[in-house]
Amino acid sequence: MIPGSFEYFSPQTLPEAVTLLQRYGEDAKVLAGGHSLIPLMKLRLAAPRYLVDLSRIDGLTYIRESEGFLRVGALTRHGDIETSDVIRSGYPLLADAARVIADPLVRNMGTVGGSLAHADPAGDWGAALLAAGAHVVATGPRGGRTIPLDEFFVGTFTTALQPDEILTEIGIPQSQKNSGGAYLKLERKVGDFAIAAVGVGLLLSSTGACEQVGIGLCNVGPTSLRAGQAEQVLRGKKPDDATIARAAETAATESDPADDLRGPADYKRDMVRVLTARALRLAVGRAKGGA
Amino acid sequence: MGNRVKITINGSVHEAEVEPRLLLVHFLREVVGLTGTHIGCDTTNCGACTVLLDGRAVKSCTMFAVQADGRTVMTVEGLAQNGQLHPIQEGFHQKHGLQCGFCTPGMMITAFALLQRVPNPTEEQIRWGISGNLCRCTGYVNIVAAIKDAADKMRGTPAPAGERS
Amino acid sequence: MAVAHGMGHSVKRKEDARFIRGKGNYIDDLKLPGMLYLDIVRSPYAHAKITAIRAEKALAIPGVLAVITGRDLDKYGLAWMPTLMSDRQMVLPIDTVLYQAQEVAAVLATQRYIAADGAAAVEVDYEPLPVVVDPKKALRPDAPVLREDREQKTNHIWHWEVGDRDATARALEQADVTVEEDLYIPRIHVASIETCGCVAQWDSVDGKLTLWMTTQAPHAIRTVVALVAGHLGLAEHKIRVVSPDIGGGFGGKVPVYPGYVVAVAASVLTGKPVKWIEDRMENIQADSFARDYHITAELGAKRDGTLTALRFKTIADHGAFDAAANPSKFPAGLFSICTGSYDFQSAFVEVDGAYTNKPPGGIAYRCSFRVTEASYAIERMADIMAHELKMDPAEFRLKNFIRPEAFPYKSPLGWTYDSGNYQGALKKAMEMIGYTALRREQAEKRTRGELMGIGISSFTEIVGAGPSHSFDILGLKMFDSAEIRVHPTGKAVARFGTKSQGQGHETTYAQVIAHELGIPEDDIAVEEGDTDTAPYGLGTYASRSTPVAAAAGAVAARKIRDKARKIAAHLLEASESDLEWERGKFFVKGSPQRAKTIQEIAFAAYTNHPQGLEAGLEAVAYYDPPNLTFPFGSYICVVDIDKGTGEVKIRRFVAVDDCGNIINPMIVEGQVHGGLTMGLAPALYEEITYDDDGNIRGGSFMDYLLPTSMETPRWETANTVTPSPHHPLGAKGVGESATVGAPAAIANAVIDAMWHLGVRHIDIPITPWKVWKVLRQNGVTE
Repeated sequence: MIPGSFEYFSPQTLPEAVTLLQRYGEDAKVLAGGHSLIPLMKLRLAAPRYLVDLSRIDGLTYIRESEGFLRVGALTRHGDIETSDVIRSGYPLLADAARVIADPLVRNMGTVGGSLAHADPAGDWGAALLAAGAHVVATGPRGGRTIPLDEFFVGTFTTALQPDEILTEIGIPQSQKNSGGAYLKLERKVGDFAIAAVGVGLLLSSTGACEQVGIGLCNVGPTSLRAGQAEQVLRGKKPDDATIARAAETAATESDPADDLRGPADYKRDMVRVLTARALRLAVGRAKGGA
Repeated sequence: MGNRVKITINGSVHEAEVEPRLLLVHFLREVVGLTGTHIGCDTTNCGACTVLLDGRAVKSCTMFAVQADGRTVMTVEGLAQNGQLHPIQEGFHQKHGLQCGFCTPGMMITAFALLQRVPNPTEEQIRWGISGNLCRCTGYVNIVAAIKDAADKMRGTPAPAGERS
Repeated sequence: MAVAHGMGHSVKRKEDARFIRGKGNYIDDLKLPGMLYLDIVRSPYAHAKITAIRAEKALAIPGVLAVITGRDLDKYGLAWMPTLMSDRQMVLPIDTVLYQAQEVAAVLATQRYIAADGAAAVEVDYEPLPVVVDPKKALRPDAPVLREDREQKTNHIWHWEVGDRDATARALEQADVTVEEDLYIPRIHVASIETCGCVAQWDSVDGKLTLWMTTQAPHAIRTVVALVAGHLGLAEHKIRVVSPDIGGGFGGKVPVYPGYVVAVAASVLTGKPVKWIEDRMENIQADSFARDYHITAELGAKRDGTLTALRFKTIADHGAFDAAANPSKFPAGLFSICTGSYDFQSAFVEVDGAYTNKPPGGIAYRCSFRVTEASYAIERMADIMAHELKMDPAEFRLKNFIRPEAFPYKSPLGWTYDSGNYQGALKKAMEMIGYTALRREQAEKRTRGELMGIGISSFTEIVGAGPSHSFDILGLKMFDSAEIRVHPTGKAVARFGTKSQGQGHETTYAQVIAHELGIPEDDIAVEEGDTDTAPYGLGTYASRSTPVAAAAGAVAARKIRDKARKIAAHLLEASESDLEWERGKFFVKGSPQRAKTIQEIAFAAYTNHPQGLEAGLEAVAYYDPPNLTFPFGSYICVVDIDKGTGEVKIRRFVAVDDCGNIINPMIVEGQVHGGLTMGLAPALYEEITYDDDGNIRGGSFMDYLLPTSMETPRWETANTVTPSPHHPLGAKGVGESATVGAPAAIANAVIDAMWHLGVRHIDIPITPWKVWKVLRQNGVTE
């Protein structure tokens, strides 16, 4: 499997990169970790004429908390998130997700920004970060703008990014004392895309009710999905078994899976139910200070 | 329309004019002549092509050589130092961790990176660590034993200079 | 100092030295000056007429030298090639393609990347034709005839049957209890981590072809090339086939694929070396598949649990060409081993082969000719019968096993089993896993609604093909060979007609010779795979290396020992009958200090050989086995099932194998580990399917799911030893046992977990959604 020819650029600065994108428009593709794009190019399903490699631009790899947000640089690799102490101690939803993306070798190259910008409904970050209530920062010729992740996924493999914009940062509300989360992925084998996966992020009030809740669904629709109605079932309520069951059933109805080799749609829909319930229980346990 | 690249491989610098689309694995095998790194799939699943890039284990079939410009690569040929086998190589031999040998170079490089990070891994950690490398012959049991054996030998002894990220 | 360990020792592998250094010599590592590269254009359609192939755009790319089509090959009589099953197969099509991913044209270029560009630029026009993917539909009278080139205008290839049809029908009618089940064994692919490829080099001055190629059977390939291309001036003494280091074979590197033939043709036409290396998707999508057996299985038994009758009816989907690699007289391979480990009074088996619009094959997937199909079917059915009779599956098996004293045992389907102790293996496995305690745990869990299953498989294999009275491939008898040369300084070179693909022959064959001659393993160089140097042999597949080639090695070594005795007698001035052999030396009876080592004898063979005896110390043996060997074993698997997701988790798996006497326990254990993993794979993960238009699903490692280290359990292995009475070393072969035995153990465990709910069978691979579905149907949910 040999990719077609292209011209390669490795700008040293973000403005340089943006200028290249402005110049080449739709003929150009941004290369981050390359672990979604290069396989497509090898299959000749993608044949960009110009590749703009971001890897030599300094300052796009970081994980830090500031001004109420966890900020993750777009070039941060899945593996860095998986092993980050900040993530491990405060963001179980992200830690869970990072651990189940593809395989350890892919996680050493693939980046969170690249994964989001690729907008594959099977990408784990989409569902996990929707659940986390994330936003992204897009940098273009007019500077940076913030896009809530809810508005980011326009369709399968399409995002709200303009052709001359580069996703540069992901922001997530900083974790609090009573927040918890979980990401559960059902896969045919390790390294596979999800049959279905569910991310849950929540914040419990002092009375133990769900003050904030986010539920993201992976690979059960044309894009990464947010299960808004299921969230509504939980909001302001104590996450007891009956409420969790009702939320899980609601999430299942919000999913829109298709039949494929991973199973028929009705199976996947039921897996959304099962995984949502399990993820909610795990997240609640974590929010209450459990493991 | 060639791009000039300069890549340090197993301690020596290699410079060449390459097409941007040249995959790193082909650069290593065909330009540099290091054929120990293999190709087993088209879809970034098998890990036969695993090399260390600046100390991280990566799949060299899913990377262009131009992306490695200015960086440091270690392949299976760089494991032994001064004719002395690396404990991982010894472990694979002693524990029968290989049969046809095709996945072995990638498997050993992944093990190398794993043991840099986790010097005393559990069986579960080893299995998790090599889950991006497919082996069709061994059933993994003896690969796990080989890596454990290497870890036991390596603990307390410094890693070869220059391979730590 | 080097020591002769001989058999039964876990000698570390000699071949490791190069592999752990990255210094293996695999096909794609070979680079010759001026070498050209071949890439192949493949069909997007499963059945279509080719109306045009336009090469202009490809030829316009600098570096593209030629676009080769079926019409080009036809001029040289090479558009078709014979298969091993007396069928024929397209090399490149002249006007019709019969499966998706079939080779349509080949592009020759100066570089690999340019060849790929060329292949992408070739334009082909197709006119789609009706597609038949289901072999049952293919056999209906109204089905479109796929093979217009054949005289017989039908998709039926052959009918094969064995056993007593009438007696079996009567026995089934008279049985107290009968069970019947449709078992589908899906299409799978061996998917060795190295794909296939070759480098063909035609020397126009010498008229000699050298073909480096990923083949498990280099000698047979040489003869096939000579037979197919003899009319072009390729004679067998001018053909050299070299099988370099092979990155896994498992049966997938036995057949001849079109790419090899086109590479040879391209080299002959250009006078330059030509390399063809397939990529993974080509490998899975177009190379020979395995299995695809639709079995309707019936068993009959008495009320007390005694099995009486077996009847299996099978439709075998062979794809577009019958390109299986079975011995000529066995179109369904050795499927008639399907009475397994049990003593049936009557049995009858019939198989019908069918053409479909799918890639050809029907080869092994790490098993001796269709033995997994047989073993899976009987072991699944045995479990169904045991459950039906409300008997414990272990107790049921122990009751029905062929008794140890019954060997050699003549099966109702015509085999003579050499030796066995099935009770011994099963009891050992039950003890290792703690069978009784597990059954207690299962009963207790069931009361809590938890799903846990225990599955047994007590398989009997049939390997080591085979005796020349019945076994040949294209007329070539299935002997194998060894040639040993002991040099003056006592070191030896040994060459064999087989070819290791990871089995460790360089080590185990050396152990056999060390065992017989006392020459240390380190002093013996084992070589295989080069037809210019190795004696003729049929190659490595069907677990035949130990039963046939290692036997040849032992026989050749014994010939050398016989000659060494004469030389020793001469050196010791004693009569031959006064000499005794102790490994590594002859000594005079009663005076052990009067001795000559094999090394001293070897030196004398070249410096001081007795008058009347030829100088030198070497021997060749062609071993024609008197019978096949029948390895066996009992496997027990414990699974836990997630009721919510349908996931099956293997908690434990114990494998007790009996492969007769063991040459190298470390290597035997490694073979079992690998075999078990290739048994696990089709049981739970791997399958290639097609949609109604013949589009492949599961054609890359994205969807063709090889188990990783995370899915694969920590196998627990042990052995019993029941030597083969007819093999010179008492050995039987082990490479494939575990692949044969494991799938049924896993499937039986899954069904055992759910039988009480009314679940009777799920076809492999048992995926989470299939389990979820039957649980749902039976009212179980989380």
